[in-house]
Amino acid sequence: MSMMSFEQKYRVRGGTLAGGDTFDFWLGPFYVGLFGVTGAISSLLGTLLIIYGASIGPSWALFKISINPPPISYGLGFAPMREGGLWQWITLCALVAFVSWALREVEICRKLGMDLHIPLGFGAAIIAYFTLVVVRPVLLGAWGYGFPYGIMSHLDWVSNTGYQYLHFHYNPAHMIAVTCFFTTTFLLAMHAGEVLSIAHPQKGQPVRYEEQESIYFRETIVYSIGSLGIHRLGYFLALNAGIWSAICIVISGPFWSRGWPYWFDWFLNIPIWGPSGFH
Amino acid sequence: MARFHTLYTSIEVAAPFEMPPLPPLSRPGGHVLLGPRHSVWLGRLGETQLGPTHMGILAIVSLLCGFIAIEIIGLNMWASVDWNLLRFIKMLPFLALEPPSAKQGLSILPPLHDGGWWLLAGFFLTASILLWWARMYSRAVALGMGTHVAWAFASAIWLYLVLGFFRPILVGSWSEAVPFGIVPHLNWTATFSVRYGNLFYNPFHMLSIVFLYGSTMLFTMHAGTILSTQRYGSERETREIVDPGSASERGSLFWRWTMGFNANFDSIHKWAYWFALLTTLTGGIGILMTGTVVDNWYLWGVEHGIAADYTPLQQIPAHVPPGALDVKAPHLGGVTASGDTVP
Repeated sequence: MSMMSFEQKYRVRGGTLAGGDTFDFWLGPFYVGLFGVTGAISSLLGTLLIIYGASIGPSWALFKISINPPPISYGLGFAPMREGGLWQWITLCALVAFVSWALREVEICRKLGMDLHIPLGFGAAIIAYFTLVVVRPVLLGAWGYGFPYGIMSHLDWVSNTGYQYLHFHYNPAHMIAVTCFFTTTFLLAMHAGEVLSIAHPQKGQPVRYEEQESIYFRETIVYSIGSLGIHRLGYFLALNAGIWSAICIVISGPFWSRGWPYWFDWFLNIPIWGPSGFH
Repeated sequence: MARFHTLYTSIEVAAPFEMPPLPPLSRPGGHVLLGPRHSVWLGRLGETQLGPTHMGILAIVSLLCGFIAIEIIGLNMWASVDWNLLRFIKMLPFLALEPPSAKQGLSILPPLHDGGWWLLAGFFLTASILLWWARMYSRAVALGMGTHVAWAFASAIWLYLVLGFFRPILVGSWSEAVPFGIVPHLNWTATFSVRYGNLFYNPFHMLSIVFLYGSTMLFTMHAGTILSTQRYGSERETREIVDPGSASERGSLFWRWTMGFNANFDSIHKWAYWFALLTTLTGGIGILMTGTVVDNWYLWGVEHGIAADYTPLQQIPAHVPPGALDVKAPHLGGVTASGDTVP
């Protein structure tokens, strides 16, 4: 595959974390590296296991395929392949693949003289997944508390798990996570719209660069965080969306087993409300 | 070890204020309010400068309408606890200004205590939002820029209007709209989903979530790319669009080597823009179809072969008994209860 015009001068050896020069090469546009190899093997194996699981399942309909975790009765032990063992191996493959991908990103960052923000950001997503399928099931004592791998079945799991706590919107960590998701998307729209409106101005107007971005938001909403600041803020909020998602699910069960609406009782029972308090 | 020195500003530079360009751009009407001034603490994260802010007629009327709407909501909430200040503070997260009850239909003049205040608050809030949209649009035009931000805002307004205006009109009752209130609007959301057979089976809800999560992922990828190449001046994005330099080359190659594909400094913002816009565009479509085109999303999913077909329990009636949904449940914030359908 042909390279981009400027690509050759950036294709240098070195920067690997492990494996030395052995896998320090490219396949077409893809950098390989030791973690490209481990990532390819684990993702291929995991995908094949999912396809195998679908083949022994009841339906090939895409939305109905589901690889379920073992029944709760297996606790934290190994389960037979057809009773959740597949799920266990697929989970392992997924984790190896995700971590490999992150480490391969680290190697690419080192080659290109970049800092490690991207693999760190991906790490937040990996932590959220790891929390869902390893940390929480281990704390609850059974792999069966992991979520099933299927388009509709994972939605059913989210729905059912949410209603086990009566009303998940009352989970304070869930509130923070949702707020971070919405705010991130809101800021992304503002930032992307802003850059596009500067780069694609009104007919006959020149491109005025970053100074004008700030002027527009100062004119309309008092403050512009600026072209560097918006990326700091967006990065911070996006990572927090993932991190608080992990927190909101790991506290549900291991640390709070009643309905989430009851969690707010502490607020209603603060002594400052006095004897004439409202119940 | 990597030092993430791009996450805050350790040394702030004092500089003259940046001011808007003067003519030939037309700058009709309006006065400058709020600034310019510097803030050291804001400068730790972003720019130090506040203002100058343009205060035209649109901004003034918009803020006035917004103020009236919040006053109506707040005073109604306060009245609902008999003007007891302590109770008001205590119960504020749980207090609501409810839409009219179902029997009022689409009446635009229901009694004030039965949704009249809700309609008034909704009118002023909507006026405020639409005027603010006009302000975002007209300031962009006055500065000679594209109007992309205003159209992104319009996408969010679409979802807002579907929830509180278009859908209630289609189903013939304001009572279907969202109440004002922190916990009450969460209760409404959960009840709405259950009432219409679980919104997770609504394909437009699925798309909306995909774009919401996708937007968050894209922002991590994009912001991570900018922050990690900041030493090459990557934050000067429009300059990199017009004349790509080392920051653009490195950022592009990172993604090309990682996933075989890359955007550029212009197109990443188009990806981001459309992901963010489609979140509320698809979400609005999903809400608009609920109760109008589709009554039960789970049954819709079964019918279209995407949902598991669970055997129904014997004691649960196939249809909701008439009148059962008219029961008001005050502890749920006044939303109609659907849980008492088992005979």
